[in-house]
Amino acid sequence: MSKLPSEQTKRDYWKANLRWLAILLGIWAFVSFGCGILFVDFLDQFKFPGTNLNLGFWFAQQGSIYCFVLLLVAYARVMNRLDRELLEGTGAEEGS
Amino acid sequence: MDVTTWTYLFVGLSFALYIGIAIWSRAGNTGDFYVAGGGVPKIANGMATAADWMSAASFISMAGMISVMGRDGAVYLMGWTGGYVLLALLLAPYLRRFGKFTVPDFIGDRYDSRTARLVAVVCAIFISFTYVAGQMRGVGVVFSRFLEVDVNTGVIIGMIIVLFYAVLGGMKGITYTQVAQYCVLIFAYLVPAIFISIMLTGNPIPQIGLVSDAAGESTGLVQKLDGLSEELGFKEYSSGHMPMINVFAITLALMAGTAGLPHVIVRFYTVKKVSDARKSAFWALLFIAILYTTAPAIAVFARTNLLNTVSEKSYAEMPTWFKKWETSGLVAWVDKNGDGKITYNGSGNAFERHPTKSKVEPVFVTNDKVNEKGFSGERVLLNEPTDNSNELYVDPDIIVLANPEIAQLPGWVIGLVAAGGLAAALSTAAGLLLVISTSIAHDLVKRTLNPSISDKAELLLARISAGVAVVIAGYFGINPPGFVAEVVAFAFGLAAASFFPAIVLGIFTKRVNRAGAIAGMVTGIVFTAAYIWYFTLAPAGMRGSPDNYLFGINPQGIGTVGMVLNFIVAITVSLFTKRPPKHIEELVDSVRFPRAALGQVDAGPSHH
Repeated sequence: MSKLPSEQTKRDYWKANLRWLAILLGIWAFVSFGCGILFVDFLDQFKFPGTNLNLGFWFAQQGSIYCFVLLLVAYARVMNRLDRELLEGTGAEEGS
Repeated sequence: MDVTTWTYLFVGLSFALYIGIAIWSRAGNTGDFYVAGGGVPKIANGMATAADWMSAASFISMAGMISVMGRDGAVYLMGWTGGYVLLALLLAPYLRRFGKFTVPDFIGDRYDSRTARLVAVVCAIFISFTYVAGQMRGVGVVFSRFLEVDVNTGVIIGMIIVLFYAVLGGMKGITYTQVAQYCVLIFAYLVPAIFISIMLTGNPIPQIGLVSDAAGESTGLVQKLDGLSEELGFKEYSSGHMPMINVFAITLALMAGTAGLPHVIVRFYTVKKVSDARKSAFWALLFIAILYTTAPAIAVFARTNLLNTVSEKSYAEMPTWFKKWETSGLVAWVDKNGDGKITYNGSGNAFERHPTKSKVEPVFVTNDKVNEKGFSGERVLLNEPTDNSNELYVDPDIIVLANPEIAQLPGWVIGLVAAGGLAAALSTAAGLLLVISTSIAHDLVKRTLNPSISDKAELLLARISAGVAVVIAGYFGINPPGFVAEVVAFAFGLAAASFFPAIVLGIFTKRVNRAGAIAGMVTGIVFTAAYIWYFTLAPAGMRGSPDNYLFGINPQGIGTVGMVLNFIVAITVSLFTKRPPKHIEELVDSVRFPRAALGQVDAGPSHH
């Protein structure tokens, strides 16, 4: 017979979930609204390493999108791990 | 083979493929029809999501808008990809655990209110219709420009195809068709970009071509375009020209707006487990990013080629593409100084807006359907010329549509682009039609009007509503309202100011209650709608001037302010009213934790 996770375990799970969301959305905002918009003129003083393209322009039209894809890789990994930890001992499969 | 034959071949083959898939994968029950029975493999689901997400506008218009806007074009790039991140992190996993088919379902249950559900249903249907009409129009445009059939005939052909596989196959048919459509559209988008990247920079990968130096030189391609633009009096390509607050507001409104678009959320229901839904979201964004990182490269390539091809050349020596696209009204030339040469510079529009049109676009003189020709053989315009020296009008859509011809690529590449544009339009249209039919059959009839309806009758009703929706969408595709762009901005703004805060607050707080959510949504919608109406749709005498924009934010970005207001009002009103009842708190818990942690089995979306 499997047992359900305790209230405390569930509270910890939700807190960890929120913490990771804050970190990932922080990066999301930094690369897009930060590097792509607010600091774009500052970054345009520099070139993308090894090229003649302005760094701010690169972030606005390329870099932020690459970061978004990486964010979703990180999110899938972290959350699937958190789900597994929460469900350890319940006999249930990960991530339903 | 000539271009038209290639185009018929590619379009015909791709349509045969879509119909074949629809027959193979037709739906047997409402579960298949709404969510493909929840059993689509995650990479395939990612491709289908990507095709769903990328509309006719992404494929046909986006690169062109970027090439006109320069660096500011990033609002679309970041807005439409960053929105997907919001969706994948803040909304989708939780809505999936909630286990119903639609967003109005969640809003209605979470706030325990038929009013809230109804507001959400009306918004969902409005947004979907606005969007789907644009897609049908896109189908018509591709047909008319590549195959020289009438736009209306094109729309009708598109309607029949979509009708066939959306009505027959439901979500299951649509999903597998979209997988094929993704492959077609991405191939069609990349092939010309790769060719041109090699020509301009020597590197076959467009994303690398964008950061590379121009072939055989030591200046960057973008730097070179900056120089070329400045020589002709255009604004520098690589710097920003919109006020920063506007760029910020538009990007955020597009992000929150796309995150709230109902047809993509439903995609998270079509895989078996939440963990698969997360992986599938990654695949989807990866597939989307391939197109979205290619678009800015195409924008730079095509702009460079365009400036080099037309500037200060005589009309007589223009290549055939110029005259072909002049026939369909995407380019127009008025020889102001009478020298027979095309002067193209940044001194302003070549001609005034014609009184019958809502924006600056060419209106040609025709006598008995014969185009009147000017001194050099150009089509004669009814528009009044402006005082400045610029003589050329270029529609942004030409950047993608005519790109292969401008770069003198072979005929089969041009035919491929036509098939790709159709794939992008049809896949999005089908996804939206499904949302409309679900909203009507499920949210409105099953959940509100007649709960005792049988599964079989509901399926029939869903098919009928999909059919009716196609016809209505086709009607708007053939007779588009004169203010399409404003209406689309409206759809995003409205989604950002209505759904998005209500769903986020519904998941991440237990305190926000019915009164708060409704007050917030109504505030957001009324404010956003009124602002857009006042500055774009109001009769000329009443219309506000851009000088009076709130904080300088234009109507496209105002959804951001509407969204903030929605959040503030919803939280404030909730704090002054009663806590939601116990069973609502339990509902919130049920979306926060995996089903198994609550002793339940995740059977995917349930049939209520």
